[in-house]
Amino acid sequence: MLEVKNLSKFYSKHVALDDVSLTVPKGSIYGLLGPNGAGKTSLIRIITQITAPDKGEVVLNSQLLNSSHISKMGYLPEERGLYKKMKVEEQLFYLGRLKGLSSSEVKKRVNKWMEKLDMLSWKKKNIADLSKGMQQKVQFIATILHQPDLIILDEPFTGFDPVNTEIIKNEILSLRDNGATILLSTHRMESVETLCDHFTLINNSKKVIDGRKEDIKNQFKKDIFQIISSDEIKELPKVFELIESKKIENAYRTRVKILESSSNALLSHLLPKTIIISFKEDIPSIHDIFIELVQQNKS
Amino acid sequence: MNKILLIIQREYLTRVRKKSFIIMSILGPLLIAVFYGIIIWATVSGGEKKSLYVLDESGLFSNKFESTSNLEYILINSSLDEAKKKYLKGDIDALLHIPKFDIQTPEGFKLFSKKGISAATRKKIERVIETEIEDSRLNQLGINKEALKSINANIDLVTVSLNEEGEEDISTTAATITGFIGGFIVYFFVFFYGVQVMRGVMEEKTSRVVEIIVSSVRPFQLMMGKIVGIAGVGLTQILIWIVLGLIISSAASVFFLQSTGLDSISSTMQNLPSSGSSLPIDNNVANTIHALETINFPLIIFSFLFFFLFGYLMYGALFGAIGAAVDSETDSQQFMLPITMPLILSIALSSAIIADPNGSLAFWLSIFPLTSPVVMMIRLPFIGFSWELLLSMTLLVGSFLGATWIAGKIYRTGILLYGKKITYKELGKWLFYK
Repeated sequence: MLEVKNLSKFYSKHVALDDVSLTVPKGSIYGLLGPNGAGKTSLIRIITQITAPDKGEVVLNSQLLNSSHISKMGYLPEERGLYKKMKVEEQLFYLGRLKGLSSSEVKKRVNKWMEKLDMLSWKKKNIADLSKGMQQKVQFIATILHQPDLIILDEPFTGFDPVNTEIIKNEILSLRDNGATILLSTHRMESVETLCDHFTLINNSKKVIDGRKEDIKNQFKKDIFQIISSDEIKELPKVFELIESKKIENAYRTRVKILESSSNALLSHLLPKTIIISFKEDIPSIHDIFIELVQQNKS
Repeated sequence: MNKILLIIQREYLTRVRKKSFIIMSILGPLLIAVFYGIIIWATVSGGEKKSLYVLDESGLFSNKFESTSNLEYILINSSLDEAKKKYLKGDIDALLHIPKFDIQTPEGFKLFSKKGISAATRKKIERVIETEIEDSRLNQLGINKEALKSINANIDLVTVSLNEEGEEDISTTAATITGFIGGFIVYFFVFFYGVQVMRGVMEEKTSRVVEIIVSSVRPFQLMMGKIVGIAGVGLTQILIWIVLGLIISSAASVFFLQSTGLDSISSTMQNLPSSGSSLPIDNNVANTIHALETINFPLIIFSFLFFFLFGYLMYGALFGAIGAAVDSETDSQQFMLPITMPLILSIALSSAIIADPNGSLAFWLSIFPLTSPVVMMIRLPFIGFSWELLLSMTLLVGSFLGATWIAGKIYRTGILLYGKKITYKELGKWLFYK
């Protein structure tokens, strides 16, 4: 749905984006990962047409990015902000109408969303009188009010308590289920872990990796298995490498790397010696992959 | 285009609904009216009604002290000591003692009072005595008072601008006043509302709302929407002031005419220490009307709207650019100076321009776009329609376009840049970002 092709952006002293390409499939939740200053915001600002790239192009729905796309995008910036002295309702009306909604339509939708997120009693309040979490909710509504095809969320969960985080997470999922494509920029790995189908990692203005979450994880698997057993495992044949074995409550947790064998061979080797409580492959978390790649990049 | 209208609407409505706007629009002219009202009332009425004894030992003033509605003279005939006793017993405000005096060296006049007496009242009494002494001296010298009066001259020089198309009267006084008022209003509104644009931009930048807005509209649209919206606020304010001013002044004149009567105003005018002017009042009115007729008001009003609008638009864009470039009001100072200097300079030099409206200083300042909105308004009543006006207007429109282009570039980069000290060099680079 969204294709970024060889995008570069230069500022006078530094390169913000260096030949970045990625493909966001329709109806996916796509994670945009990267440490601070990696170029995520620069990329988003190009997609939202706030700035223009120096090289490369962006294609949306097989059309070169143009101003007609603006009304099809919803953008929640990392730096939140609303007009402090405007009432919640007025603010949403204004932002909705700027996206091209008619005034009757915008009224209907604002009401619907405020009811859905339990905010009706806040309608007539000034933004300045709202708690931070409430302001975030208002901003979230403003982002999706016009039913955008492409929703770009930059750190959508900062400032929310766990309850509200859950509510917003569910809303994001249901937006995806209703056909929207979501670009989620964050450095909170657990939200990528639970929400995203695809992700990309940007570091030092360059793309480091991108693809389906499962594919990337498989790529980073190291054939390490985690066994929880009743007895301590002290020795293993040469085809396996014993990484560690630790006592946990009434059992032992052991991590084993398979060198020239298979998981089944390991399992059959262990079965006669101890009671196996659990046996599973150690799949790297996105967090681990992130750290590993960023470290690699540095060296 | 539709989006710009939405922005204009928001900028306009949020400002017009603000308490400070309503207060300033209504209270502003009202306060000015009250201020002048108090002054007029104080001069006309001179405070409460006063009464005083007059003990005239010289015998020169027997029928010269004429009581008015707020100053009553009571002539008494007794010795000074008795008069003093009588004064102390009664509740008359003062006692005036005129001893026998020499008409060449008048002295010894005394005014006794318990609580002191107002300067205005004292002036009135002094005037009566002075006039009488002057009249006596004129008599001694054998000069007829009426003859002297007829010598008194009061003229308003009518300058006639002469060119191939004919001649045109210009009253210097009327031109000075018109020019100064026009220039000052342009100055005030360009400055006041220009700063409003800057504040508005800064508010959007510091509250970070700008990033949402510019993901819906072009930064340029947001900037222009704001500038135009605020221009609307300024025009509304002018309109309210004009309407309120008309209502108040007509109400005030009706009120004063009824409550005090014309005679009291004219007597006040005669009592006021004026520069020997003794022309009848209606002659003055006629003169004023004639003076005003010499001013080409349709041209002035058209030019006022033109210079007000384009001057504001140009300055508004520049102020907007400053607001976008800085993070806080304190940072804005260094960039404000080069922009506010020409404005302040044009007002500071206004009297020099009026003194020589066709001099080279006036000419160049009225051509230079940053000073022309104010200076041309000051000059215009003197020079009328000319190629200079057209040149000035053309340059102003050109500079407005240029300023908007520059401001748009700076604005676009600046609004999304936080926490950085901006230098002029940096601003220069922004102009060339894609």
